[in-house]
Amino acid sequence: MAEAQLKPRTLPYVSAITEGVRAVMLEQPTAFVAGEDVAGAGGVYGYYAGILDEFGPERVYDTPISEEGIVGLGVGSAAAGCRPIIDMMFMDFLGECMDEVANQMAKMRYMFGGRTKLPITMLTMAGAGMSLAAQHSQSLEAWICHLPGLKVVMPTTPYDAKGLIIAAARDDNPVIVVLNKMSLAIKGEVPEESYEIPLGKANIVRPGTNYTIVAMGRMMHEAIKAADELAKLGVDAEIIDPRTLQPFDTDTVVESVRKTHRALIVHEAVRFGGFGGEIVAQIQEEAFDYLDAPIARVGAPFSPVPFSPALEKLYIPNADNIVAAAKKQLGL
Amino acid sequence: MSTQISNDTLIDMHRRMVRIRLFEETAGKMMEDGKIPGALHLYVGEEAVAGGVMVHLSDEDQITSTHRGHGHLIAKGGEFDQMFAELYGRSTGYCKGKGGSMHISNMELGILGANGIVGGGPPIAMGAAFGNKFLKNNKVAVCFFGDGASNEGSFHEAANMAGLYKLPVVFVCENNGFGEYTPQANHQAIVDVADRAAGYGMPGVIVDGMDAVAVYEAAGEAVDRARSGKGPTLLECKTYRFFDHVGVRGMGLTYRSDEEVERWKKRDPILLMEERLLEQKVLSAEQIKAVHDITSEEVLAGIKFAEESPFPDPSSLTEDVYA
Ligand SMILES: Cc1ncc(C[n+]2csc(CCOP(=O)(O)OP(=O)(O)O)c2C)c(N)n1
Repeated sequence: MAEAQLKPRTLPYVSAITEGVRAVMLEQPTAFVAGEDVAGAGGVYGYYAGILDEFGPERVYDTPISEEGIVGLGVGSAAAGCRPIIDMMFMDFLGECMDEVANQMAKMRYMFGGRTKLPITMLTMAGAGMSLAAQHSQSLEAWICHLPGLKVVMPTTPYDAKGLIIAAARDDNPVIVVLNKMSLAIKGEVPEESYEIPLGKANIVRPGTNYTIVAMGRMMHEAIKAADELAKLGVDAEIIDPRTLQPFDTDTVVESVRKTHRALIVHEAVRFGGFGGEIVAQIQEEAFDYLDAPIARVGAPFSPVPFSPALEKLYIPNADNIVAAAKKQLGL
Repeated sequence: MSTQISNDTLIDMHRRMVRIRLFEETAGKMMEDGKIPGALHLYVGEEAVAGGVMVHLSDEDQITSTHRGHGHLIAKGGEFDQMFAELYGRSTGYCKGKGGSMHISNMELGILGANGIVGGGPPIAMGAAFGNKFLKNNKVAVCFFGDGASNEGSFHEAANMAGLYKLPVVFVCENNGFGEYTPQANHQAIVDVADRAAGYGMPGVIVDGMDAVAVYEAAGEAVDRARSGKGPTLLECKTYRFFDHVGVRGMGLTYRSDEEVERWKKRDPILLMEERLLEQKVLSAEQIKAVHDITSEEVLAGIKFAEESPFPDPSSLTEDVYA
């Protein structure tokens, strides 16, 4: 895929998702979309806009409010030879369908001796910031990264959103695409053509020499702001966006830390038991001797997501928290 | 049958319904003006259901509510001050600003939560009814849920267990014809959710959910049945939401026609109730107006209370996670 052939335009994240879905529908005849209000309404966040009109009701389905049924539709139809795109409107609703996700979808191939493929793409919306309170704002990627058999991606930019959705749908395994609702309006360049961001490949968003920040999902944008601040203190931060959490690109992170000797991990999810802890463990396993300071972590406090904007803004990690954690870690 | 209903009860139901209507109209406006954050699912059009059911319950009886929960809370005695404060995210709100619209509730009024999870309520109501039976406390639990929610597995499991254990619970389906933007015909193959009752060994009853008196009568039987140990009922109220799924105007999707909305508005539950009050000379036009006026003042006072209330202290962020 020669970069020069791609025609980039500036699109918001929400439209890049739509383009990703559309590309999959065009290139995969057995792909279909199913989920709550994805057809007539085009999705509650609008990222299926126009998909029903273009592909028709044979390939785009409004389902009942039955999350376990929706995931089952994905698992069963994939086992039967389809390549479903299923929608889990809010990531919080994994709660309604966790058996299908954890005990069926994730394990079916392994349990049955590798005799089936489950090319399922699940799109789901995570993140706080819209005052939607405790049951519509969570970042639950740690739940699903812990399940062998699933792949998990977390696109941060419009470019990655389209490319990761296409890669997810081309993969023969179940892939959960964790989207972020506060990123919907973020703009970026997106090629018109179909292209793929390889699964399991992190992105060095900003090169640096003496500090590594691994920033998951929307926190990547906060990390960039933080890095600007840190630069004033002589900290030249390299920012890595893992893009895929499962399988995780340990090599890119470790290589960076071997160079910079210090690392901070940031995610929006609750810090305790979050995926950041896994990254910390991987770094110390592979690069312990290179570390000049304990690895720092930034994440949400140990509470459900509060409704009140006054509390929610304190709850969600931001650039200030990153800078503060880095300063503490570095003794600045 | 309707001859049995007392004037006081009619007046009581009417008052509860008007309170819901005026609260919701203002809340919707405040949301669309950007004063109330987040998403409000408003109950306008469905007041007869909450009104007709709740007059049978005491503060001791429990209910589980939904994402469209303001009406349930108001009909069960919720105060505007703490409600508006909650919607505004203030520390004086019922949930100290932590819950907001989708979780607004007052446990002291027996409200086991408004719920952001569609289908979150039925298992909890079933469990509350189980607890009531276990404790022999003679309380009844009522579960409000939508036609959309009736497609969640949680409803099936809860209804089955309620039927099996003959629990003191009433499942009140607020069938407003839509789950979000999807019409009922596109989300289930049946027209009457009450049909499902047979599968759980409980009676299924259908009433006109725009007629508070019809709801009152059917709910009365169901609550009596539950309280007297005869088991659960599935009571389906055919109703309609006048506003959009979220807010008043919502996202502006064309999933239903203006004619359809107007047709239902002709059967506005509050108008129907007021016609009855006038016809039966229970209240005069002036007395009806006074109910509206007093309520409007309470709404304004509630807004004022909310706007003057402080936001939660930062220190409260991690409070109340554990007992
Ligand atoms: C488990 C779950 N799935 C989906 C949603 C998104 N959602 C919120 S309200 C709603 C529609 C609910 O329809 P219904 O139960 O009929 O209640 P109504 O909104 O009509 O009052 C949906 C799908 C949710 N909140 N929870």
